[in-house]
Amino acid sequence: MTSGREQQVLDRIDRARRRRPRVREERITMSHGAGGKATQTLIEAIFLDAFRNPLLEPLGDSALLQLAGARVALTTDSFVVSPLFFPGGNIGDLAINGTVNDLAVAGATPLYLSAGFILEEGFPVADLTRITASMRDAAAVAGVHIVTGDTKVVERGKADGCYINTAGVGIVTRDQALGVAQARPGDAILVSGPIGDHGVTIMLARGELDIEADLVSDTASLAGLAATLLDAVPGVRALRDATRGGVATILNEIAKAAGMGVVVSEDAIPVREEVRGASELLGIDPMYVACEGRMVAVVDGSQAGDALAALRGHPLGEQAAVIGQVTEGPPGIVQLKTAFGGTRIVDLLVGDPLPRIC
Amino acid sequence: MRFVDEFRDAGKAHALAAKIAALCEPGRQYKLMEVCGGHTHTIYKHGLEDYLPEQVTLVHGPGCPVCVIPMGRVDDAMHLAAQPDVIMTSFGDMMRVPGSTGSFLDANAAGTDIRMVYSPLDSLKIARSNPGKRVVFMAIGFETTAPSTAMTVLRAAAEGLTNFSVFCNHVTIIPAIKAILDSPDLRLDGFIGPGHVSTVIGCRPYEFIASDYGRPVVVAGFEPLDILQSIYMLMLQLSEGRSQVENQYARVVPWDGNVVALKVIGQTMELRPYFEWRGLGFISHSALKMREQFAAFDAELLFGVPGVRVADPKACQCGEVLKGVLKPWECKVFGTACTPETPIGTCMVSPEGACAAYYNYGRMNRQRVPEAAQVSRS
Repeated sequence: MTSGREQQVLDRIDRARRRRPRVREERITMSHGAGGKATQTLIEAIFLDAFRNPLLEPLGDSALLQLAGARVALTTDSFVVSPLFFPGGNIGDLAINGTVNDLAVAGATPLYLSAGFILEEGFPVADLTRITASMRDAAAVAGVHIVTGDTKVVERGKADGCYINTAGVGIVTRDQALGVAQARPGDAILVSGPIGDHGVTIMLARGELDIEADLVSDTASLAGLAATLLDAVPGVRALRDATRGGVATILNEIAKAAGMGVVVSEDAIPVREEVRGASELLGIDPMYVACEGRMVAVVDGSQAGDALAALRGHPLGEQAAVIGQVTEGPPGIVQLKTAFGGTRIVDLLVGDPLPRIC
Repeated sequence: MRFVDEFRDAGKAHALAAKIAALCEPGRQYKLMEVCGGHTHTIYKHGLEDYLPEQVTLVHGPGCPVCVIPMGRVDDAMHLAAQPDVIMTSFGDMMRVPGSTGSFLDANAAGTDIRMVYSPLDSLKIARSNPGKRVVFMAIGFETTAPSTAMTVLRAAAEGLTNFSVFCNHVTIIPAIKAILDSPDLRLDGFIGPGHVSTVIGCRPYEFIASDYGRPVVVAGFEPLDILQSIYMLMLQLSEGRSQVENQYARVVPWDGNVVALKVIGQTMELRPYFEWRGLGFISHSALKMREQFAAFDAELLFGVPGVRVADPKACQCGEVLKGVLKPWECKVFGTACTPETPIGTCMVSPEGACAAYYNYGRMNRQRVPEAAQVSRS
């Protein structure tokens, strides 16, 4: 057990972490875009501070609105991935699937998307055609329509080829109130498939590392998978798609929002050998590596078996697994039972191992 | 995964935990220092302390290359990066290390071009493809990374590259260990020897620790079972009253080191008369600089650096942490003013830093495995 003095230190840290977030840097650094603590601080201290309202405050994947008696989910996402084309997809797939997934994990049926393009002078039209074809195909798979858009062109050197922003709306017809704050002790935590494929694929696709692996991005629409799970299991408390910051970031959000502890088993978390191998070599942790087609589900513990069966019954969830559970405490802390048999904390990511992953 | 999973076998770990516990003499406390930051990282990442009885304490040593870089050298690096047409390259660990006016990330936000590389050789690629730029590699690390810097310089020389240079901050491990052994405020029973450094320098350089200071040394690998086995080997020596240098990491570490690697270091670099270590102060003959024949690749000579010594922030107790006098959480600012996202001291930056490892992975009630808990109660 920890000594009294050590406990005092832990309490002190806890108090320090509850302080109002403040951006200390004078300028934006790459850390602010990495999806970890710096991103969170930026969002809370700058954006939430400026735009604060009850709909924004939950900082969910989508905002949930009441419009003329209908419940509508609204979200937006920007894509700056480098390289634009990578094994398993391109920026176009990502731009559709990213926004579709933000709607799907809010419990909504995704319906309509907008698409805004920022193009650099000199960008090949053939590449743009490939990207838009991928967007069309991804939209068809997800059952959404791109119904409005915008185009801007900037001078050579002022952007990196092509950036895309998409926004989307979906309709919420189910009564389940989803949100990570709903997590309760005894709830099971599931992931829908192997983690980290997208991030490692992008890193290898940059060709800077001279590592080759037979790996493709996991970019996919989660709309069908989320609907399947929600239809099969009434006790789903929350769904999140694990993008920047990876599964570790989602687990921390669950622990913090619910004021509960989270305990996961390293052995139970599905990770492809290629991803593990590359991560070992590069000194990164797959828990923090981005996925673009994986979701984390928090489910009433008594329905964990049903949830697992529902996920595994869907082509995108064949390798789904129960990775851990929600515990009463310690509040806000995610613990990992290591495969080696020890225990460690899984905190929010600080550094920026993989910039511009989506 | 082969060559990894077999060194993380929980069953074997439990067996070792029982053997370690059995060697504990009642009432005796054991303080073992893992010299290398890589070991610190492994210990926390895998929760290895859960396997140790209360009587065995691991003390984190000075072998984190990022942690020992003094603030003045970080400022010097930023001075170099701010020179016209300079692209600086460095290992990822350095990007968030605070200088007196912020980190490399802040410097980049203000206009410098400091890039992360995985190998110094990547700097040559950048130099070749940017002939109009001057590429400066900020070299850090112990004897582990010095050979790759040396090889890079040799290759640059062979290619006749004129737009590449090295800001050399390589340090050597033995003087740091000696400084710790001579430090009056620390009592250690043995050393978990740095495995990666030893792949280059071998095991012989540690013999004085065993013979002159009477402390056992076991050179250890970096998987959790390697470390646990090394702790067992140290405990066995202590229980038998021996102090010897032993090599647990024989699958990688030759007793006499890597002769070729040592040769290229010697060919390109020489000892500095003295060098400042963060927290440890100036230590004579503890760091390397480029030899005169390679002056054309020495960024310190090519550009000049201010070389201003900057005192560590008052609140920072990195020195005590590096020497193992303080546990990370005993530092006054640990986890409050100094966190991985806003580090004051270097120990909070690198994943090999004791404070960062403890903050990110370790600060939790420990539940010892039954084999280790048993002896704690006795």
